[in-house]
Amino acid sequence: MKVCLTLSPKTQLKGVERSMAYLEIRNVNKWFGNFHVLKNINETVEKGEVLVICGPSGSGKSTLIRCVNRLEEIDKGEILFEGKSIHDPSVDINNLRAEIGIVFQQFNLYPHLTVLKNITLAPIKVRKMPKDQAESIALELLERVGIKDQAHKYPAELSGGQQQRVAIARALAMKPKVMLFDEPTSALDPEMINEVLNVMKDLARDGMTMLCVTHEMGFAREVADRVIFMDQGEILERGTPEHFFTNPTHERTKAFLKEIL
Amino acid sequence: MHWEVVWNNMDYFLIGAYPEGPLGGLAMGILLAIGGIFGAFWLGLFFGLMRISSKPWLKYPAMVYIEIVRGTPLLMVIFWFYFLAPILLGHTLPEATSALISFIVFTSAYIAEIVRAGILALPKGQMEAARGTGLNHFQAMRYIILPQALRNMIPSFVNQFVSLTKDTSLAYIIGVNELTRAATQVNNRTLIAPTEIFLTIAVLYFIVCYVLTSFSRRLEKHLARYQARGR
Ligand SMILES: Nc1ncnc2c1ncn2[C@@H]1O[C@H](COP(=O)(O)OP(=O)(O)OP(=O)(O)O)[C@@H](O)[C@H]1O
Ligand SMILES: [Mg+2]
Repeated sequence: MKVCLTLSPKTQLKGVERSMAYLEIRNVNKWFGNFHVLKNINETVEKGEVLVICGPSGSGKSTLIRCVNRLEEIDKGEILFEGKSIHDPSVDINNLRAEIGIVFQQFNLYPHLTVLKNITLAPIKVRKMPKDQAESIALELLERVGIKDQAHKYPAELSGGQQQRVAIARALAMKPKVMLFDEPTSALDPEMINEVLNVMKDLARDGMTMLCVTHEMGFAREVADRVIFMDQGEILERGTPEHFFTNPTHERTKAFLKEIL
Repeated sequence: MHWEVVWNNMDYFLIGAYPEGPLGGLAMGILLAIGGIFGAFWLGLFFGLMRISSKPWLKYPAMVYIEIVRGTPLLMVIFWFYFLAPILLGHTLPEATSALISFIVFTSAYIAEIVRAGILALPKGQMEAARGTGLNHFQAMRYIILPQALRNMIPSFVNQFVSLTKDTSLAYIIGVNELTRAATQVNNRTLIAPTEIFLTIAVLYFIVCYVLTSFSRRLEKHLARYQARGR
């Protein structure tokens, strides 16, 4: 803010306005052919906030978070990260993705590489980090997610929960500023869900900015700052977890909550 | 029966007049097949990658190339290069070189299709995960997609190599001194043992292809095991 004082009033205003939100989704619309998958989505996420996105299957949750690191492109509207449009031609898309990590439902680990190499590949190739530095960071991260002893195994030799924790470590190795989670526990056996959620909770407590598509309501209650409910490409309901769980206003939210709780 | 004709000419069938004269016979055929598959691998990889590109100026030329070559008999390709080379280059190419180029061009179209199918068969999540960590398209291909896809393609490459080994017999038509031509020469010279001669070369082709095929089968089993573990 102080920097802005030296600028002209107009830029100052713009600068202030833009520096308000860390991540801002403005009027975002997207179509798959004729299918209107995202309808006028507006949402703001502050630094260190945890946003939980829930909603029925096909409502556009995955599409929305995938737009944030441009795995999907939007058709209308704007997404701003640290005050800058991510669609700006000057934005290096690979750099953007390095700063916004993503974790998928199906883990998507590289089956032909060891756990350690899964994690060090991007830091070495994208960040041009020396190999031993990348490896020591990878081992630290593996320790943090509780599977340091698996570093030299192949993904298929790990349980689902362990694989997902590797996937989280892989994303964290790029030192991202934001983490996107797309139903990270949906493909897991029930007894493995908690080990992944615990890692995510730790991350949230450490101040990571997170957008999580999840139906784990315990997780939402515990660490979410806000919850949004999407249905048919729209945000129908938004609020604190408390508001969301105790007195949702929309009929469809109530029906949805009844189904999953 | 005159098996002594076969016997006396066995080294001519196997290696031609080598080492006193030029290499020929089965060795020539195998060399052409190895050179052909090697060249076709790179050319096919190139066209296969172009073919799956989303950019029309890469995709359509590759498509046209693949379709034209796949729609042409190998014999035609061999003739074309043989008669076109002098017009295009201003001088004739040695027969073996001309045949080799034909094999490379012909096989590359099939390799391109193998490459395309192999890449498309990988789960989409692999590319997304790679791009999601900030690797660019080329890096994702180089480190994530191709290592997996190419490994899955190895059995198809071996099959392509087996058919090419058999197809080298077609080079006979432009006078390349490979096994089929060696057999014809010996037969024309001796005239008494066509059955023995052609039976022998059939067995020779069979042995080479059988060895390769069983190797390919074992490789397939080995890779299937790897895949089950690696997925
Ligand atoms: N690449 C695509 N092309 C066409 N339609 C798509 C594509 N991706 C998603 N869709 C459609 O868009 C809609 C929203 O998909 P999305 O994956 O965002 O839903 P979701 O809310 O994440 O659902 P789920 O809970 O099942 O993961 C779905 O109807 C889906 O069929
Ligand atoms: Mg989804």
